[in-house]
Amino acid sequence: MYDFAPLIDSITSYLNTNFSPFWAGLLAMVMLGLVLLLIYAVLGLYLVYAERKICARMQNRMGPNRVGPMGLFQTIADLIKLLLKELIFIRNADNFLFNIAPFIVIVASIMAIGSIPFGKGLQAIDLNIGVLYILAISSMGVIGILIAGWASNSKYSVIGAMRSGAQVISYELSVGLALLCIITYAGTMQFSEIIASQQNGWWIFKGHLPAMIAFAVYLVAGTAETNRGPFDLAEAESELTAGFHTEYSGIKFAFFFLAEYMNMFIIAAVATTLFLGGWLPFHLFQWQGFNQVMDFIPPVFWFFGKTAFVIYLMMWFKWTFPRLRIDQLLALEWKYLLPINLMNLILISFLTLMQWHF
Amino acid sequence: MTGPKIIFFILSGAIVVFSILSISSRRILRAAIFLLFVLVAMAGLYYMMNFQFLAAVQLILYAGGIVVLIIFSILLTSQIDSKLDLPKKGHLLSGAITAIGGIMLSAMTILQFTFQPARLAPVDTDMRSIGLQLLDTGVHGYALPFEVISILLLAALVGSIFIAQKNKT
Repeated sequence: MYDFAPLIDSITSYLNTNFSPFWAGLLAMVMLGLVLLLIYAVLGLYLVYAERKICARMQNRMGPNRVGPMGLFQTIADLIKLLLKELIFIRNADNFLFNIAPFIVIVASIMAIGSIPFGKGLQAIDLNIGVLYILAISSMGVIGILIAGWASNSKYSVIGAMRSGAQVISYELSVGLALLCIITYAGTMQFSEIIASQQNGWWIFKGHLPAMIAFAVYLVAGTAETNRGPFDLAEAESELTAGFHTEYSGIKFAFFFLAEYMNMFIIAAVATTLFLGGWLPFHLFQWQGFNQVMDFIPPVFWFFGKTAFVIYLMMWFKWTFPRLRIDQLLALEWKYLLPINLMNLILISFLTLMQWHF
Repeated sequence: MTGPKIIFFILSGAIVVFSILSISSRRILRAAIFLLFVLVAMAGLYYMMNFQFLAAVQLILYAGGIVVLIIFSILLTSQIDSKLDLPKKGHLLSGAITAIGGIMLSAMTILQFTFQPARLAPVDTDMRSIGLQLLDTGVHGYALPFEVISILLLAALVGSIFIAQKNKT
């Protein structure tokens, strides 16, 4: 039920019968690209809306409520405003690098979206090395941030970029090790197989305590990797005005903004896929009736529901914790998260060897 | 002209163009970014040969690790309006002669050699077989080199901590 594979197969066979292989491949690529871009833009806009609403609730305000019902079209109006704004060119900046930086950031996050399984059979590319691919691609985004800060020729931007670089490089380690825990349990890096290994229970439940520790570490490190609060030193408004994107305006600023939110979505989607069973429904023991009802909800809704839950957790972090100092940030990673992670990995390897997980 | 062939030519063209740009650019950070593009295009070539793991390692180590390290050191040491000096005329001439000679020599060797399609069975590039090979202690295993490299890295780490230490006793 709710399998997207037949739909995609029928589209592919239609293309293959009506066009030559070259044009069929090209058309498939263009269609896939358009769909991914559409998902990217819509998700990004509504994540911004969700952040503003949730932030408002936590600060006892109303949030956006004028444009459309409950302010639902506020971010679309913002996007139109950003599109129409002037693009500022700086005379003493390195203009080539200044212009290319937002594109590096946004291309990295679009490429990562491609390998995320949204539903049954709804995955653009199912790589053998899925998790490693996501890690590799997301490590490219930081290059965009670094050259954006340097090319702006402004001291705020350079300091913001340096902080962001140091932060992303060190927290990438924790993200990778936390994901490695689940890879050890599942025995594969392919997203479809990781989901298949969770048919009889999500890893966060099957993996005992170590899986929960890995989930917590992943959430903290993932929040830090997206440069979000409480780890938003890179753009600390009160001290650096806006960090690496101080000098950007208009749609180029919007690119950074959108990429930040989409990186949060990618972190949440990977957490969903590895720890919370991806698009699999929630099953409880052998309760047939309950499980049947859960199966009735389409997998796409399960995926987006779980992802929304993880995103809510990350927004909750942002609006409740005070910002860390740079030395506290590095101490948290190297003195606490990394040792915990390494011990956790040894424990998980032992559990997997003894076959003690379910 | 098939699809993969076009992509191959785009990627290899990008490698040629960006590697020339990266050695001829006078702004050092631009050179680093062109190097990044070369490395990413090479990852694309690996991916086209179905070496998915190697492509990801290329991205994560070279593009995500080494280029970030290079950019970091440029950020710490150089200013935005500093440009590298133009080379002297004599250096330029001798460099050009060496480069053209090298290209001609390798082009002649490549053109004279008759390439034959490989008859070996395609190598299994599954993650599991790569992992088993890395931990194999047998004849073609990589367990010993792996451990030796890790000791070398550990020594380098200890050495760098010693050099960076503030109060040496």
